Amino acid sequence: MNTTGPHTLSPARTTATAARVLRQLRHDPRTIALLLVVPVLMITLLRYVFDGSPQTFDSIGASLLGIFPLITMFLVTSIATLRERTSGTLERLLAMPLGKGDLIAGYALAFGAVAVAQSVLATALSVWVLGLDVTGSPWLLLLVALLDALLGTALGLFVSAFAASEFQAVQFMPAVIFPQLLLCGLFTPRDQMAPVLERISDVLPMSYAVDGMNQVLHHTGVTTDFVRDVLVVAGSALLVLCLGAATLRRRTA
Amino acid sequence: MMNYARDRTEPPREPAPAVEARALTVVRGDRTVLRGLGFTVEPGRITGLLGPSGCGKSTLMRAVVGTQAKVTGTLDVLGHPAGHPALRPRVGYVTQAPSVYTDLTVRQNLDYFAAVLRPGRRHRDARGEAVTRAIDDVDLASHTDALAGTLSGGQRSRVSLAVALLGTPELLVLDEPTVGLDPVLRRDLWHLFHTLAAERGTTILVSSHVMDEAERCHRLLLMREGEILADDTPAALRARTGSDTVEAAFLHLVDEASATATRQEATR
Repeated sequence: MNTTGPHTLSPARTTATAARVLRQLRHDPRTIALLLVVPVLMITLLRYVFDGSPQTFDSIGASLLGIFPLITMFLVTSIATLRERTSGTLERLLAMPLGKGDLIAGYALAFGAVAVAQSVLATALSVWVLGLDVTGSPWLLLLVALLDALLGTALGLFVSAFAASEFQAVQFMPAVIFPQLLLCGLFTPRDQMAPVLERISDVLPMSYAVDGMNQVLHHTGVTTDFVRDVLVVAGSALLVLCLGAATLRRRTA
Repeated sequence: MMNYARDRTEPPREPAPAVEARALTVVRGDRTVLRGLGFTVEPGRITGLLGPSGCGKSTLMRAVVGTQAKVTGTLDVLGHPAGHPALRPRVGYVTQAPSVYTDLTVRQNLDYFAAVLRPGRRHRDARGEAVTRAIDDVDLASHTDALAGTLSGGQRSRVSLAVALLGTPELLVLDEPTVGLDPVLRRDLWHLFHTLAAERGTTILVSSHVMDEAERCHRLLLMREGEILADDTPAALRARTGSDTVEAAFLHLVDEASATATRQEATR
């Protein structure tokens, strides 16, 4: 009755895990403040950096709204799961009737909720206060931002398996995120890069995250490119989550 | 099936052991940590696992719980191979370092682990009772709303123990649960272990490198360098070696073992 198999997802265990992760976060108000306030400050800063060219602010601002949740959730998740691994709580949980899927879905749910709060604040401020000119629906911006957050969570979870300490985990940020940042089309349109780099950027998920944001920026409805972008980001997140699940071992040396 | 047939034809004899190991070997890296161990743990009793640090006690316990990789030989726990999914709710495990969330309160820690063991809204009341009982068991009722990270080391290891008590496990595996505790707390914990064994029928496998705790166990497994030196009751061990204490008995057995080893070396 209670003994769900290891491969079936138990919604009650997943929500219990998500609630636990959020409860941990609640005891750390400074992290919450940083998570919510930093994107808002950055986007405001950007608005006045490009005071003279609102078009540039539109395009870079929209891209950043997608990149923020990816980076912050990557960092938060990689540190949180690394702690879980080093504190012995992961070993304890895996010796209990908790499915790996429950644990991962719990984390994704909790940090997804944080990402929604973060994105709502940053998007609302950009659109209604800073005058970010979006042709499409801000809800679609939010959808992409949420998927980006899940991708960040997935990458962080996966990478934490290869980090032995918090120092290493933080170093994975530049290693995993920076190349994508350079190649995603934020600095230069991707078709103007060296052909090899363009080819590489074609297989990096952040390229699609940024393209998705720009689709919403320039088109009123849901374009086929937008659908492709959303599917690629969601698919990558799911794939990396599965890879992350494979790094959770019940038996360790 | 075999047990069933035997019950029919013969009067019940000794109950099945809670843990049964045969030719149990564990390799970590290029080191053989456990070397072909064979032993049993009686149900409803306290079995002490004693030996110097680094002799393989923790590895043996991890093998029993099913978190140790590269285990060969036979290791049956409560009628299943160690690590079988059906054992997860039935075995409680306390690691040497307390594994609890330092950024949650004592009650929040227990609430979460209780929800993993018995999920769902319908078990909410039962979970609440289990959590309160576990907190009382380890005598932390006055600290339920304190963050685990702000507790003393001894208090935190008791939170970790409380987590293991949550599901009323049939087998409790405790890795050095009394390290760093003051004498009063140590006595109280051993009192709790005896209550668990006597009243709840819990089988307890507890490790220690403090030999005076050995006298409080029903049975002892003395370990050294990945092998079991002796498997007996404390009284029988003392009698067999002509020693006054288990500590003296252990040293006697160690000397005997190394003498045999030297002799074998010499004849080679």
